[in-house]
Amino acid sequence: MKITIKDVEHVAFLARLAFEEKEKELFTKQLNSILLYFDKLSELDTKDVEPTSHVIPIINIMRGDRVTDSISVDKALMNAPQRDGDYFKVPPILE
Amino acid sequence: MDLWNLTLFQLHELIKKREVSCKEVVEAVLERIGSIEEKIKAFITIRGEDAINEAKELDQRISRGEEIRLLTGIPISIKDIFCTEGILTTCASKILSNFIPPYNATVVERLKAEGAIIIGKNNMDEFAMGSSTENSAFYPTRNPWDLKRVPGGSSGGSAAAVAAGESIASIGTDTGGSIRQPAGLCGVVGMKPTYGRVSRYGMIAFASSLDQGGPITKDVRDCAIMLKAISGYDPRDSTSVNIPVPDYPDILTDSVKGKIIGVPREYFIKGMDEDVEVSVRNALRLLEKMGAVIEEVSIPHTEYAIPVYYIIATAEASSNLARYDGVKYGYRSPYAKDLLEMYMRSRAEGFGTEVKRRIMLGTYALSAGYYEAYYRKAQQVRTLIREDFSKAFNTCHCLITPTSPTPAFLLGEKIDDPLKMYLSDIFTISVNLAGLPAISIPCGFSREGLPIGMQIIGKPFDESTVLQVAYAYETHTPWNKIRPKL
Repeated sequence: MKITIKDVEHVAFLARLAFEEKEKELFTKQLNSILLYFDKLSELDTKDVEPTSHVIPIINIMRGDRVTDSISVDKALMNAPQRDGDYFKVPPILE
Repeated sequence: MDLWNLTLFQLHELIKKREVSCKEVVEAVLERIGSIEEKIKAFITIRGEDAINEAKELDQRISRGEEIRLLTGIPISIKDIFCTEGILTTCASKILSNFIPPYNATVVERLKAEGAIIIGKNNMDEFAMGSSTENSAFYPTRNPWDLKRVPGGSSGGSAAAVAAGESIASIGTDTGGSIRQPAGLCGVVGMKPTYGRVSRYGMIAFASSLDQGGPITKDVRDCAIMLKAISGYDPRDSTSVNIPVPDYPDILTDSVKGKIIGVPREYFIKGMDEDVEVSVRNALRLLEKMGAVIEEVSIPHTEYAIPVYYIIATAEASSNLARYDGVKYGYRSPYAKDLLEMYMRSRAEGFGTEVKRRIMLGTYALSAGYYEAYYRKAQQVRTLIREDFSKAFNTCHCLITPTSPTPAFLLGEKIDDPLKMYLSDIFTISVNLAGLPAISIPCGFSREGLPIGMQIIGKPFDESTVLQVAYAYETHTPWNKIRPKL
């Protein structure tokens, strides 16, 4: 076993996901078989291999510090689940 | 004459000669949708009156003498992963089921500027995660060649719509094969351009170092026209590359004389469908007769591509999908009493099973203690896969492989076994890891009458060679002219 139901609970919290008990069991089983399959990579010696994070060799794309058009407050808020004036409204953060 | 059955270029010629109006073309396609969409379910949103009104306006502009561009009046559909201003954009997810973008993706903006008319938004696997379009939160799409079978995915709605004549061309996205695999399974043309060729601005992110948008069309000329329209540098996407875009429709030629085509031996694996192998081998023989040189090559790290892909793609996805928290847009659970509960419940209720599975895998692969073993290791093996391709391209102009190991599979066949589903992308995902351009074109039919796709892979930013070989093959074969009976 690569991971237990406890690991699944920990990772679920990191990812801000909530699961039913049944889902946790299924995911533990499925993630185990997928992670075992991933172990195939340990066959390869990659000690001196540089990692590829991106295929294009570009770094630090800068833009000029210029004011350009932006969307209006109303447009920015048009999809808000809850709105309070010019703000997004959310449930209480602290008691 | 059924206008919906014509290619983009054929329709352009009719519009240009003023033999049909833009309105007639749009109405013909809408009628086609009306008569068969119930069976196919290729769309999440269909635009009726709005599209007709846009066509009428174009007709007026044409009668005032305005220039008719290649895409003027052409009804196209867009995968529901691209933001369309004022038009519902769901990514086939419950978590975005009410999202109306306040802006257009660059790809959408460019197509509209060329005169294209958006006829609707295509169904897909939720957040482009899947190979069958069964992971849509709304309904699965069916393959126009056999309604019991999947159209492939994740751009399955796009490929099915084009194959069924419900749209003249579509734009999909490809992170591990999501344009090419459904195009292959639906008997149409689909192209993933080089990473950086097409702007990702306004394209909802899945795995940012792999995602690329591209056309799904009825033939290679249409593909070249669409690719030209959407390509090019965009300052709003810092990974889009500022190099000139060739005039793709103009460079097409029916000759492959002297082209050296590599055939990677690792791509003809045990267990692949016999009809697929025979069709691709026949295609290679034909290309040889036409003057190409066929050479066996090796991409030795092919067998590691799937684990590499599923580590990198899920890691990037877990980070990209963190933004769906119920605060600014999208679904918010009505049951939450505090902020943390709002995050957890909105995400638990809003995401589907495959998306959650991938967020979990990616979060695990990036978590403390496992980063080196999974994510870094996968990035290192990604380097080895890129080097394999570079070596092959030292001697070859392009590579040819099957697009998928089998023709379209049955609905439900792989849905309970994620690993089995992942294996259906085995021939396409290395191309994303290496950032290369590749096309899938029809190359025959199975004994059961299902289309078979062939993949042509090119050097970085050499879409031209890929399109030339594809076009030459297409002009010598009947496959793209055979359409499903519905």
